[in-house]
Amino acid sequence: MKEYQTITEISGPLVFAEVDEPVGYDEIVEIETDDGRTLRGQVLESSEGVVSIQVFEGTGGIDRNASVRFLGETMKMPVTEDLLGRVLDGSGNPIDGGPEIVPDDRIDIVGKAINPYSREYPEEFIQTGVSGIDGMNTLVRGQKLPIFSGSGLPHNDLALQIARQASVPEEEEGDDEEGSEFAVIFGAMGITAEEANEFMDDFERTGALERSVVFMNLADDPAVERTVTPRLALTTAEYLAFEKGYHVLVILTDITNYCEALREIGAAREEVPGRRGYPGYMYTDLAQLYERAGRIEGKEGSVTQIPILTMPGDDDTHPIPDLTGYITEGQIVMDRDLNSQGIEPPINVLPSLSRLMDDGIGEGLTRGDHADVSDQMYAAYAEGEDLRDLVNIVGREALSELDNKYLDFADRFEEEFIQQGYDNNRSIDDTIELGWDLLSELPKESLNRIDEDLIAEHYREDETEAAEVSAD
Amino acid sequence: MSQAEDTQTVDEDGVIESVSGPVVTAADLDARMNDVVYVGDEGLMGEVIEIEGNLTTIQVYEETSGVGPGEPVENTGEPLSVDLGPGVLDAIYDGVQRPLDVLEEKMGTAFLDRGVDAPGIDFETEWEFTPTVEVGDAVEAGDVVGEVPETESITHRVMVPPDYEGGEVTATESGEFTVDETVVELDSGEEITMHQEWPVREARPAETKETPTIPLVSGQRILDGLFPIAKGGTAAIPGPFGSGKTVTQHQLAKWADADIVVYVGCGERGNEMTEVIEDFPELEDPQTGKPLMSRTCLIANTSNMPVAARESCIYTGITIAEYFRDMGYDVALMADSTSRWAEAMREISSRLEEMPGEEGYPAYLAASLSEFYERAGKFQLLNGDEGSVTAIGAVSPPGGDFSEPVTQNTLRIVKTFWALDADLAERRHFPSINWNESYSLYRQQLDPWFRENVAEDWPEVRQWAVDVLDEEAELQEIVQLVGKDALPEDQQLTLEVARYLREAWLQQNAFHDVDTYCDPKKTYRMLGAIRTFNDEAFEALDAGVPAEEIQDADALPRLNRMATAEEWNEYIDELESEIESQIRALY
Ligand SMILES: Nc1ncnc2c1ncn2[C@@H]1O[C@H](COP(=O)(O)OP(=O)(O)OP(=O)(O)O)[C@@H](O)[C@H]1O
Ligand SMILES: [Mg+2]
Repeated sequence: MKEYQTITEISGPLVFAEVDEPVGYDEIVEIETDDGRTLRGQVLESSEGVVSIQVFEGTGGIDRNASVRFLGETMKMPVTEDLLGRVLDGSGNPIDGGPEIVPDDRIDIVGKAINPYSREYPEEFIQTGVSGIDGMNTLVRGQKLPIFSGSGLPHNDLALQIARQASVPEEEEGDDEEGSEFAVIFGAMGITAEEANEFMDDFERTGALERSVVFMNLADDPAVERTVTPRLALTTAEYLAFEKGYHVLVILTDITNYCEALREIGAAREEVPGRRGYPGYMYTDLAQLYERAGRIEGKEGSVTQIPILTMPGDDDTHPIPDLTGYITEGQIVMDRDLNSQGIEPPINVLPSLSRLMDDGIGEGLTRGDHADVSDQMYAAYAEGEDLRDLVNIVGREALSELDNKYLDFADRFEEEFIQQGYDNNRSIDDTIELGWDLLSELPKESLNRIDEDLIAEHYREDETEAAEVSAD
Repeated sequence: MSQAEDTQTVDEDGVIESVSGPVVTAADLDARMNDVVYVGDEGLMGEVIEIEGNLTTIQVYEETSGVGPGEPVENTGEPLSVDLGPGVLDAIYDGVQRPLDVLEEKMGTAFLDRGVDAPGIDFETEWEFTPTVEVGDAVEAGDVVGEVPETESITHRVMVPPDYEGGEVTATESGEFTVDETVVELDSGEEITMHQEWPVREARPAETKETPTIPLVSGQRILDGLFPIAKGGTAAIPGPFGSGKTVTQHQLAKWADADIVVYVGCGERGNEMTEVIEDFPELEDPQTGKPLMSRTCLIANTSNMPVAARESCIYTGITIAEYFRDMGYDVALMADSTSRWAEAMREISSRLEEMPGEEGYPAYLAASLSEFYERAGKFQLLNGDEGSVTAIGAVSPPGGDFSEPVTQNTLRIVKTFWALDADLAERRHFPSINWNESYSLYRQQLDPWFRENVAEDWPEVRQWAVDVLDEEAELQEIVQLVGKDALPEDQQLTLEVARYLREAWLQQNAFHDVDTYCDPKKTYRMLGAIRTFNDEAFEALDAGVPAEEIQDADALPRLNRMATAEEWNEYIDELESEIESQIRALY
């Protein structure tokens, strides 16, 4: 391993050095500063005689006398089942004072693409206990379903609720031995210490830490490290899922901070920027994270991803949510208005979507009437939402009786169906029954998305009775 | 490094100068543009995309981590080509036509490794060849010389390759052959096998392009009914994320009455391809009753697979489509999404430090798009027959904004525009194709076919529907201000008719067993039923019946169930007469 003292230029997170032997693209680099610190980086471009290096911890403290070592390999994550219960920093070093980690294997963190031919289509329903998700935007094992949120909204509460409550219904009743291979990987990128504590406290309080691996890159940690943290987390997830058979839930927060780091590196490299200054390759880069979810034919485990992102200015056409939405299999959207109305969780179902829902629900999976009920509630809620604008202008009296019913439906939908609190775990049955309670407020003939037999079976003929059932 | 004497043995080899992601430069490589090269110690597949003095720039189709300067580059001297022959159908390829099932087997893992190559068709399989020519027959380039039952539903026609001279057949016999064995010999000395290779960036030749007059019937009401596409036509489906591009493309791949479907998943999700692989073998082609997979070729270069192979997957797809066109088939090609293809071009271009055009896309974006769509069309073939390629591209505009370069440049070329709408998708109106914005420039040239094969008054009935929907759009603006009840009665009725058009006719659930495919005759009859309501309603109104009473007729909500009715003819007959009698009873 050769050591150089040949740094020619330092710019932002980048260092340029001259070399006299070939260095591989993406290889890991160690830079030792005068004051004895060792920083790590990665080769971004390798040419005959000169390489550019991206330094994870930032270039502060590096000068032209610093020495540069090329390790001759790309970045690896040491993995073992013993990682469960551990807390690591954003570069994968333990920070919990626990014992040294003895790896079972060391795996390249870039990750190889899953051969589409080898995938198995995800269709196993995960019950999160949250009606806005289970009823309207069902999550399945192996899905990537982000939370689109905004600053100051309770996305963390929702993510924690999902992590706590997620279960697969048959397993609930069955023996716990089988069901115990559930693991959570938590990858934090640039979140505040306060938010980090919120997560850690909840993990500790509920005992979830034992089956979790936590990667922490906090707001005051180096930004460039954020490009590595999710890859370490996902490498660990893939190992646990596809080598060790765990059902892994990966929570990545906050993707927005990750993208800011990408933008910073791009700017330092003087690349031609894409939309709003983010690199033109951000779609590809994000895809290399998000596509690391799924099921593989013949493998026991699965990787399910719930990335969290805060939309700058609550704008879902901003490149970060936009590119994410183009890659993930739907999105759960948090809404500021619902939040200020006190709805917990403030999920706006209209722009939310789960693309894997159609195959994950129905007879034998959830319930035979699930799809129709959900469809009808979407249509009715959208109708009610539209009418709200009109009511502001013409008043309720000017509307027909039916229109008034839609308005009532929309209100009850928010206040009873979406509103449930973060400690309330509703079964899918409860969720769908609640749906019928609300739909029965509308005339039977207007339920045109529901099969007539199902209406005959479930429609509450007596409205007042229906209202009572759902009153608590 | 290398000594004078051993440079001789590595004549064409070069040495890597620099590596930056998928772009590698090499020195001393004797290569032509678009030659395929093998890069580095692991032999990663790449293609020459720029030559400047002694430096050659290569885009590499595999990950380049760990590859460094000094490693060798070997030239194959051949341009990027596809293997054509029996075995292309029922296959699933990556962007450079490596069969993904073979890769899984060779790599021994579910994850894509590097440096493994595999031919597009299997050279060991023996196929049953039956000649359609005899000794003494004269054949020319493009002529069919024999047949192979490739899949349950498709007969593969073996042709004289387009670049052959042709001549008199001197020998041929039927039997079992591998694709590289000679099946027909010509007096010109040329030997014909079942295997052709063709460079993907070059269109396969045909005689002339003709005006298409037959629709590609899709079984989707809004497409067949309002915005039909021709066999040999071009269409774009732009829309924001989650608006239904992929579902629409899948619906077309499933139900369109093409002979062959080439489905290109270009930079999209892995699971969407898996869905096709799992579903298609189970689904029946409504025309032949055979599994859909036996007429389908899949190309899957997902978003996390190498970006250079994403750039090439579109060409791989269209070349395969042209090959089946040359056999006289009607081929439909779906590309999801052409935006990812454009972005791949942008990514490579920016690594080359080319002068960027609009929004960073290379200046040749428009040219590449039109070259691609120009390869679609209805053609008179070299052998005198006819064949077609229909090209349907999804477009994924950033932020759903159609003013961006890929959408705009595509719209300048394609003749059918299916505009997806986020608002409709949000309220779960599917397919969320906006009927006010979309258009088809094929309507007129396809009308004779619809008149003859569906209903004589098809164009008139369609026009009626279009007019009602237009009127609704105008009335809605007023309703937004004053409420529906403030409108005169006849306008209220129009709104009600339009509502049935939207909910009962335009909406179509891709996931419902019956509704997923709608015969054009059913499409027509459903429209007829709504029109019956319209006509009866207005007559009743004229006779002094209040609009509210008319709208409350019991039978009307059943219009919403026509879509899912299996015995639709009977259902609609009965419904129409009930609507008639109920409304007439009001006066
Ligand atoms: N015709 C349809 N019938 C029923 N549901 C539909 C239909 N079209 C779309 N959907 C619903 O909309 C969802 C999103 O559609 P789709 O995946 O096709 O979007 P997209 O435009 O391809 O998005 P992206 O650009 O992110 O790939 C589907 O998962 C499905 O739930
Ligand atoms: Mg799509």
